[in-house]
Amino acid sequence: MTQRNASLVKGADRWLVLLWFILSAIGVISIFAATYRDGENVLQGFISLKTDYSRQALFFLLSGVAGIFILLTDSKFFTATANLWYAFGILLMLIVFPFHSNIKGTESIIRLGSSVQIQPADICKIFVNLALAKYLSRVETDFARPRSQIIAAIIALVPAGLSIMQKETGLALVYFSFFLVMFREGLPPYVLIIGFSFAVLVVATLLLDPNLLALILTGIAALAIFILRKQVKRHRSILFAIASVWFVCVGIQRFVVPFAFDHIFQPYQVKRIYDAIGKDYVPKDAEAALEIEQKAGSKKKTSSNYNVKQSKIAISNGGLLGKGLLSGTQTRYDFVPEQRTDFIFCTIGESFGFTGSVLFLSIYGILLMRIVTIAERQRSVFSRAYAYGVASVFFFHIAINICMTIGLAPVIGIPLPFVSYGGTSLLTFSVMLFILVKLDSDRQMVLR
Amino acid sequence: MPVFNQSRSNIIRLIFGGMFLIIFAQLFNLQVVSDKYKKMAQENALFPKRIYPTRGIIYDHRNRAILNNTIMYDLMVTPSQVKNIDTGYFCQLMEIDTAEFRARVIDARYKNGPFRPTIFEDLLPPDLYAKLEENIWRFPGFNLQERPVRTYPYDAGAHIMGYVGEVDSNILRRSNYYYQLGDYVGRSGLEQFYEKQLMGQRGIEYWIKDNKNRLVGHYANRDLDTPAIAGRNLHTYLDIELQQLAEKLLANKVGAIVAIEPKTGGILAMASSPDYDPNSLTGPDKQKNYGKLVLDVRAPLLNRAIKGLYQPGSTYKPLAALIGLDEGVITPASGIACTGFYYGCNKVYKCTEKAPGHAANLRLAIANSCNSFFYNTFRLELDNPQLHGPRNGLMKWKEYVNKFGLGERVGVDLPSEDAGNIPDTLAYDREYHGSWNSCTMVTMGIGQDKMQVTPLQIANAMCIVANKGSFYIPHFVEKVDGESPDDTILNKYRQKHSVLSHISDADYETVISGMQDVTEIGTARIARIPGINMCAKTGTAETYLSLEGRRTKLNNNSIFVCFAPRENPQIAIAVVIQNAGFGARWAAPIGSFLVEKYLRDTLTAERVKQATVIANTNLVPGYFVRLQFITDSLRGETWAKQTGDSSRLKRFLDRSLRKEMLDTLIRQSVRVTIPFGPRPKIATAVTDTTKRKITDSALIKKTQPARIRKPDSLKLHKPDSLRNHKTDSGTIRETEPNPLHKPDSNKIPGAETRTKTSDFPRKRNMGITAGHSSPETSGKSVQGLAIKPEEQPAVQQDDSKNKTA
Repeated sequence: MTQRNASLVKGADRWLVLLWFILSAIGVISIFAATYRDGENVLQGFISLKTDYSRQALFFLLSGVAGIFILLTDSKFFTATANLWYAFGILLMLIVFPFHSNIKGTESIIRLGSSVQIQPADICKIFVNLALAKYLSRVETDFARPRSQIIAAIIALVPAGLSIMQKETGLALVYFSFFLVMFREGLPPYVLIIGFSFAVLVVATLLLDPNLLALILTGIAALAIFILRKQVKRHRSILFAIASVWFVCVGIQRFVVPFAFDHIFQPYQVKRIYDAIGKDYVPKDAEAALEIEQKAGSKKKTSSNYNVKQSKIAISNGGLLGKGLLSGTQTRYDFVPEQRTDFIFCTIGESFGFTGSVLFLSIYGILLMRIVTIAERQRSVFSRAYAYGVASVFFFHIAINICMTIGLAPVIGIPLPFVSYGGTSLLTFSVMLFILVKLDSDRQMVLR
Repeated sequence: MPVFNQSRSNIIRLIFGGMFLIIFAQLFNLQVVSDKYKKMAQENALFPKRIYPTRGIIYDHRNRAILNNTIMYDLMVTPSQVKNIDTGYFCQLMEIDTAEFRARVIDARYKNGPFRPTIFEDLLPPDLYAKLEENIWRFPGFNLQERPVRTYPYDAGAHIMGYVGEVDSNILRRSNYYYQLGDYVGRSGLEQFYEKQLMGQRGIEYWIKDNKNRLVGHYANRDLDTPAIAGRNLHTYLDIELQQLAEKLLANKVGAIVAIEPKTGGILAMASSPDYDPNSLTGPDKQKNYGKLVLDVRAPLLNRAIKGLYQPGSTYKPLAALIGLDEGVITPASGIACTGFYYGCNKVYKCTEKAPGHAANLRLAIANSCNSFFYNTFRLELDNPQLHGPRNGLMKWKEYVNKFGLGERVGVDLPSEDAGNIPDTLAYDREYHGSWNSCTMVTMGIGQDKMQVTPLQIANAMCIVANKGSFYIPHFVEKVDGESPDDTILNKYRQKHSVLSHISDADYETVISGMQDVTEIGTARIARIPGINMCAKTGTAETYLSLEGRRTKLNNNSIFVCFAPRENPQIAIAVVIQNAGFGARWAAPIGSFLVEKYLRDTLTAERVKQATVIANTNLVPGYFVRLQFITDSLRGETWAKQTGDSSRLKRFLDRSLRKEMLDTLIRQSVRVTIPFGPRPKIATAVTDTTKRKITDSALIKKTQPARIRKPDSLKLHKPDSLRNHKTDSGTIRETEPNPLHKPDSNKIPGAETRTKTSDFPRKRNMGITAGHSSPETSGKSVQGLAIKPEEQPAVQQDDSKNKTA
């Protein structure tokens, strides 16, 4: 027994476990603050398991247990079964299609009994992470070759594709975060830059006035020519390249996006995209308006526009020092929809203000930096790739979720790791983290 | 392992760090820099709730609450919570149909949204409230909400106290938007005049509301809240019993009564008829009732005591005598040889008295109300040689009359008082192009011509005579609770105005003697009360009416003024009965009853009988029927023109209906009982053996039909609880047991011994009540058993009654 305990603690990175504990605890407290009603018996609330915060606390406990089990597992188990897990994950996602239940407009959830819900697209993150790490760590993989890069991309993006088919675009986008891992392992940077630029361009097209955006693009092109003026003198082709990039950008902004919205997407889809970035969509004709109305009848009614506004109001209301726990006027009284899940940060923002928010986010920052540090000290490619995968997924979740609540990113329902309400979400993130802790503790042992 | 991969870890760290910096920047912007969202947060979640204080209570001189607050209930509905209720049963209770029910719930949803309670029906009648309260648990989504409402426990003093109503745009503007839409504000009477004192100070509570606009709790520990300060109570000079008696005596008549305490200027009673049930303007049907009152041509909302303009007639004569004496144009010995006519001017003027010697001196002239004498006096005043001509004479005379308070606003503490009219030279210059003399307006010498005064003004003039030249501005409110030096509203009522003290006391004595002779040997012998030296003057003023282009002479206005007792005036009264006849015929007895009631605190049985006869005599002029018909049909025509709906007009064209309509007013005479007479037998059976006194009004209410003003006002009578809980706080003025009352013949055997002595205090209070005990025994027992008013709580439970029963 003592031996076991020693092996459990030995080599495990205490920082990670501590941060995990702090964040999960903050999560339970925030959910308590967001859902507690005056006059409730707190103790009873915790014991009865009928309140959200008590359930979250239960899953916190379960995650700890799962973590212990993972730490007791042999780390070779993960390398050995990575592909198997991936296959299992894909299978799960395929099973969703015939057996899914309709909850909140997604078709990605399987219900087992009345209370247990499984979202394979969410869990699959771990499997993809494992499989990608496995693929990158293979001796025969030469990641400099485009062929390997494409295979790695396919491994990451198959679940994303399935996820989109299940109408869960938010989770699909998470899988794009694995490109950071690939970047670390040798993916040419222009892939990231082009991809990122394209995303920014599309979002900017939606957010900004078309003429203003065209002007900005022209300005950027002019700036590029100015900076590269000496090279341009030598090679006319650079000028040509810049001009064509500019042309493509303006073309996308001016014609491709509007064309896609008018002719490829259905009006209600366009409306959703607009809602997601917090803008009002004006249908192009009465027919489209009618169609939106018909669709809206069956879908959830609160627009994301409202969510973002209320969320910003709540966070802003926190001020510099915050209103104090359980004293926020906005978060206490349900002004922000989805407050315990995707918009949990509002509670922290209003209760603890700017100071508290910065401290809270710093914990995440430390976590991410710590993971990167751990990744870099790994001897095996598998462990390192896996660690980067964890960091990327966490980062994507944190960045998008927080930006969502403060109006910098479209509202795509992805949770804040460890803090948002949701048993499976907490469990998934914990398992991901504890596998990393286990791999790290055995870093001297596992070579490949 | 390629080298670049090492540097890429730093790039990844940079990406992470960069993202966090962007987030921090936006957070800093939102939380520290920007104000925009913080304001929105306030709007989102804070609701400043106005807390209305209870309005002040108005008490009469014996500390009886005559305008009080009570709780009525509104039925509220929260549409989103209305689920699975027995709509059929609910509708049966509410006496509505399901379509109406649905319409109201949908209406509530529109007004306030589905999550906030909205009024389903306001001010529930007591019986409906009782039914609903029992069953409210059956109807989720419905609840009963308290609402403070004004109540008039004595059903009296409607014009004095006024009513509250919602503010209109004018008041909003005038108050500089201190009030808000939906606020209640005093709209007439004392409620309006003392609005600031009565309304108290509103408080504000900051409430937190949730996303569905429900109020969920106090904000910031109530630190920012300001509490509401209750309105301050008013203590008036009113004697509510006197007021009730005055109103009852005026029933079935058109006119006004004002009674003032000369020593203080406090108004003891002020009645105007026709009046209305003040409680009809507080209950659920207030809108309907108000509509009816407004459309009535008899103007029941008009307070004739301060807004009714009447020629004072002969009641002006004592003043004329005083002016003449002071100017020196007559002496107490002045007389005139009157044979029923005055020949001093080109035209012959009549005098009602013909007996020779009836105006042998000033005293007799006043006692017999000799017109000739006062025509002459008026002319002497105008043609006073010291003043050089009637123009100066008229202006001097006007100055005197104005000093008596006629023709100028008295300044009573009620809104919209009328000034009356005392003409000056300008008025006659205009009419007669400058060529007039003292004969032109000689009838002003007997209080007619262009002279117009309000009943309050003549009553006040009597105070000046009674006080021999000085007066206090007549007012209702003696003191306001919690008065501070900043409260200046009552200051002007506490100042003595010695306007006419320069007239010598001898002159006053002469005139006052003449006025006393009026009741002793003169025109108002009917008003004489044995044992009280009353100074009075009757008046009979001619009235004309122009209706449909014809000028018709109506019955004379019957007027009476008096003050009593002569030695120490405690009450001055003015009574005006419109188109009733001689002053002595109607107004004089009414004044006499009031004096007796006030000074003796009771009326004898015989007097009650007389008073009942007078109260039940219908003297409402017949022309009102015609006038109502004309007005209503004209309204019908206007309505038809405006809306094209001629159904209202057609009613007036139908011959068979027309007769009926013309009859309606004539039939509206109401039965009145004077409540201060002998106590009926049934009350004897339930009397208490304790030393407590029961309010006389409570007893009367129980056994006799209350004064009924309108058939539909019946249900608005005050609830039983209110009646019974009021006890009389005792007699203030000592009165002797009246020797006139007879033993009650049909009293219950056996009750006699028990109630013999202990019963008596009430009798003292009620004056002549049932005489169980002989006057001799009662006279002895009075001292022992009467309880001083101070020792008694203002409000007592009457369960003592049940203990002994």
